[in-house]
Amino acid sequence: MSVVLGGFFWFLAVVAVAAGIAVFRVDSMARATYALALSFVSVGVMLLLFNLEYIGVITILMMVMEMAIMAVFMIMFMGMNPALMPMSMVHSKRSSMILAGGGFVVLAGGALLVPWPARRGGPAADLTQSLGEAIMGSKMLVMLTVSPVLFATLVAALVLASPRGRYDRFGDDLRISPPRGPEQKDGRS
Amino acid sequence: MTLDAVLVASAALFCVGLYGALSQQVVVMVMMGLELMLNGVILAVAGLWWFLAPAPDGQVLLLVVIAAMTVEMAMGFAVATLLHRSRESDMTDTATDLSG
Repeated sequence: MSVVLGGFFWFLAVVAVAAGIAVFRVDSMARATYALALSFVSVGVMLLLFNLEYIGVITILMMVMEMAIMAVFMIMFMGMNPALMPMSMVHSKRSSMILAGGGFVVLAGGALLVPWPARRGGPAADLTQSLGEAIMGSKMLVMLTVSPVLFATLVAALVLASPRGRYDRFGDDLRISPPRGPEQKDGRS
Repeated sequence: MTLDAVLVASAALFCVGLYGALSQQVVVMVMMGLELMLNGVILAVAGLWWFLAPAPDGQVLLLVVIAAMTVEMAMGFAVATLLHRSRESDMTDTATDLSG
């Protein structure tokens, strides 16, 4: 059984990493979105292998929805179906590749060389229930901190993304337009 | 399935995301790189939790990472929308006002 699980884990790991590489190799943003969703689904299934049913399922659901939203934003920004637009827009490709490769060597080397301690304790019989009890008990402060952060993010994102409205006028007679931001290099303001 | 294997897989995911975050020019693609990095972090935390100390604390940490991912996504899209609105562009190279 463990051999089958191990083989399935490696299959998922290869799919997750290959899909991650495909995100930056495919020639359209739409395909990149699908590849990223596949990578997240693979990791979500890996979480299910660790008996993390709740977190695995919310990872899969959240990321699939997130990728759908991402596709909508791409179409919105580019004004066309991104699947029809081949592209390669990168900078510092060589140095990025060297940094990423070096980072992998360091991280993987650390993972293989560190003498990891033995497992302490065992998982609870019902992991979802134990998580709920932790959130509502000893770890409530964590959730109390995350909640206002999420609310502040909502407000900040709305403020940033909203266009300036009719109340956003300046001057004594409210006839002065709002500032348009720093001047561009090509002369546009 | 061992802790070493999980951590090597998560390191690979993290570094693929790092490459994307550093090399891509489109803001949305940079966000995809950051998401992949957090994907690797989620896998590493789950592996460490399962193989070292399967107490509820690790699951709470996973929830925090997922919340961080949500915040990153929301703020990234907001900044991308602002950039597109003010500069008519979604490229990082057009937002270098603060570079030295």
